[in-house]
Amino acid sequence: MEDMIFYDRLQFAFTITFHYLFPQLTMGLSLIIVYFKWQYLRTKTEQYNDAARFFMKIFAINFTMGVVTGIPMEFQFGTNWAKFSELTGGIIGQTLAMEGTFSFFLESSFLALFIFGEKLMGQKLHLLTGFLVFLGSWASGYFILATNAWMQHPVGYEVLANGKFVLENFSALFSNPWLLPAFLHNQMASVVTSSFVVASIGAFYLLSKTEEEYGKLFLKTGVIFGLTSSLLVAFPTGDWNAKNVVKYQPAAFAAMEGIFETEEGGAEIVLIGQPNMVEKKLDNKIAVPNILSFLTYQEWDKEIKGMEEFDKEELPDNIPALYYSYHMMVGLGTIFIGVMALAAFLLWRKKLYSFAPLLWVIMFLFPFPYIANITGWYVAELGRQPYLVYGLLRTVEGISPTVSSGNTLFTLLGFVGLYMLLGLLFLLLVGKAIHAGPKPIKH
Amino acid sequence: MEIFWYIIIAIVLSIFFILDGYDFGTGIIHLFFAKEEKDKVVIAKAAGLFWDSNEVWLVAGGGLLFMAFPTFYASVFSGFYLPLILVLWFIIFRAIGLELRGQFDYPIWKSIWDKSFGISSLLMALFFGVGLGNIVRGVNLGGVENGVSTYEAHYFFLPLWNSSFSPSGTHPGVIDWFTIIIGIIAVVTLAIHGANWIRLKTNSSINEKLKSIVSRLTWVLIALTIFSLAVWHVINPRPFGNFADNPMFLIFPLLYLAGIAGQFFAPTYWWKFCSSSMIIVGGITSSLASIFPVILPSTNTLNDSLTIYNTTTSAYGLSVAAGWMIIGIILLAVYTIVQKKLLGGKIDDMDYGH
Ligand code: HDD
Ligand code: HEM
Ligand code: HEM
Repeated sequence: MEDMIFYDRLQFAFTITFHYLFPQLTMGLSLIIVYFKWQYLRTKTEQYNDAARFFMKIFAINFTMGVVTGIPMEFQFGTNWAKFSELTGGIIGQTLAMEGTFSFFLESSFLALFIFGEKLMGQKLHLLTGFLVFLGSWASGYFILATNAWMQHPVGYEVLANGKFVLENFSALFSNPWLLPAFLHNQMASVVTSSFVVASIGAFYLLSKTEEEYGKLFLKTGVIFGLTSSLLVAFPTGDWNAKNVVKYQPAAFAAMEGIFETEEGGAEIVLIGQPNMVEKKLDNKIAVPNILSFLTYQEWDKEIKGMEEFDKEELPDNIPALYYSYHMMVGLGTIFIGVMALAAFLLWRKKLYSFAPLLWVIMFLFPFPYIANITGWYVAELGRQPYLVYGLLRTVEGISPTVSSGNTLFTLLGFVGLYMLLGLLFLLLVGKAIHAGPKPIKH
Repeated sequence: MEIFWYIIIAIVLSIFFILDGYDFGTGIIHLFFAKEEKDKVVIAKAAGLFWDSNEVWLVAGGGLLFMAFPTFYASVFSGFYLPLILVLWFIIFRAIGLELRGQFDYPIWKSIWDKSFGISSLLMALFFGVGLGNIVRGVNLGGVENGVSTYEAHYFFLPLWNSSFSPSGTHPGVIDWFTIIIGIIAVVTLAIHGANWIRLKTNSSINEKLKSIVSRLTWVLIALTIFSLAVWHVINPRPFGNFADNPMFLIFPLLYLAGIAGQFFAPTYWWKFCSSSMIIVGGITSSLASIFPVILPSTNTLNDSLTIYNTTTSAYGLSVAAGWMIIGIILLAVYTIVQKKLLGGKIDDMDYGH
């Protein structure tokens, strides 16, 4: 049993982490592509249209990867988490089936048209198809987050005598207080990723002195989108999520923040420190008193519960990983705001394009939003432990009773090998597209 | 309500097998018959332009099955763990084969990805057929061993095969001689379907040759069908009982027969394509009808078969979902028509505006 659950969790974590590398770019990038296309229609500057077409190529590669790694996710609910599927399918099946029916269809039908149909349809319709691709990808994010929100904070359900959860109130799934903050935060985070990628390609073209005109356009667009979304990710949406966690998952919050003991007169915020699970304290701690209470409740001396107050059975099972994930996300978020604010300032003073040191930083910054997104999800998913459906269904109770650990290990190794290959091919293709560069259309 | 959802899911999955079916078939034809580079390009494109929007039907069908029959979803997906994961890997290799072949101009690069596309298509067609064979044959529900269940009554786990490869008895594997026949039927059917699609969508130089290939494959299909019907009693003591009880169900095998006849008599490529779609739908629906309302028979006497009634969720859930599904169906019809209209015509003549 122990190793069954271990491999099931490892396989899910590995495959979802890999899957989520791609949608986080496509969701944000579709917005930026629509922006370029719209600018083109407004100003009739060919460069914008070339930019839209160039990023469409990168979008398409990511989309394919998103599709082929997404189908294993859907299957895995049944293959590895059969008991969970059986018990909750009547509820999360709703949101997952709506995702399939409403958003994936929208996205993939109109993507083919957007890529192949520019001449056929004319520019206005082309913008419209681009917009529908954007709408489809954000709608799929919405339904996926509605699914996840139900697992984090279950609502609108009823438990039958045989232990099955069935739907009692459909609209509750969408008015779940967990959903909107998580959705907005997650979407802003995906705009962060894509704008950093756009800016990074721009910086690369400028530094390598190829495609310089496009380089400037990409850099400018990336910085403007990047600053806006980095700010929105932290405030109000990040803050809003944190308040939800305190309210609905207080044990997870204590672990995220690394608070072992409840402090009299307000909680401090930890900047640096390593959880020491034996002595139940943080080593090498640097902290600022009372800030956490203020950020959470806008009251300096409000009490925040430490981990000592919770039953061991209620605490997440990997506290250090949860704690580091949270601090990495927030720390990176702060750095993003700093770098993008500086870049925006230089852009305004018309110095950015020639200020090489910052261009180098921007060029190498693009992996970090990916890390922030992944660690953000680790916060959500590790914080939900030891439950699969918070407070109702424990993770151990959700696995497939018949699939042995040997079989899961076999398929996990298969996925590792296969995804390694996919990753290499992906980098090769994106590298090729960037090398070829945006090309003006041949008339 | 259960019947409504059963029908909706059967329709969605049938559409998946018609649409993605031609991609599998195109892959099989590509693997065996496409020789010149020019043909390889257009034939790969006849699948490559469409596979991802076709695959969405699988995602939607899976999601709907999960919502409407969660117990069935859980039981089947964990019980057929290994073949399903293999199918996932084939889906991935098929997709990257199609997407990558045109990216670099080295012959070896192209031939690797052509093989990846062709072989995965072939194996996927085989596995989907084997899957259907397993559904009608049934499984050892509850994992009964010496008269005692190892798992809860609706769970099971099948190895890929066991040493006897026999479909009878309580311990069949995924692959036995019966399911492999159904698998080969699926391969042949989809090869016919793919050939029809290629002739409909391209001006490839093997179009003429495909004509005789289709008629030869159709004879193979007829022989295999007769053989499988003759041995059906091995897996089901009353193989045609459901059809005797509900004569209405006879429409499904008739659809299958009409589709086969269409391979010889249909006047245009378009009608030939429609006929091979009828073979696919007729084959799937006849098999499902032969066990209805059971959706997974039990091969032991201890545990009951899974039916659409004992695997479903609450009536409330099913009826709200019916509400949004109606909107969904309208939207799907609109998207599909818009897309197929704009990307209609022969692939070789298309101007992509790139
Ligand atoms: C670019 C990525 C990124 C950045 C810079 C941030 N986040 Fe974040 N965060 C995410 C990407 C993300 C995410 C991946 O999108 C998550 C995972 C689940 C979700 O809805 O969004 C998330 C979840 C998430 C949660 C919910 C955890 C749970 O569900 O248990 C909280 C409390 C925060 N974030 C708070 C913040 C704060 C206060 C930030 C301040 C700078 C911040 N995040 C920056
Ligand atoms: C929004 C849709 C998501 C849903 C419905 C979802 C659902 C699940 C489920 C069912 C499990 C297995 C059970 C468990 O261990 O609790 C799981 C675990 C996990 N997920 Fe998610 N997940 C989602 C998104 C993500 C994303 C985007 C990531 C990371 C990039 C992620 C990271 C993880 C990790 C690391 C685990 C393993 C946690 C552990 O077992 O300790 N999840 N998730
Ligand atoms: C356990 C969780 C998840 C499951 C079961 C899942 C499932 C899938 C599936 C089946 C596809 C392919 C759809 C197609 O054929 O078009 C897909 C793609 C996609 N997924 Fe996921 N996914 C999960 C997590 C996420 C998360 C957390 C997000 C973001 C919020 C997300 C966003 C997307 C998007 C936008 C696509 C479209 C393809 C693309 O644009 O790259 N998924 N997902």
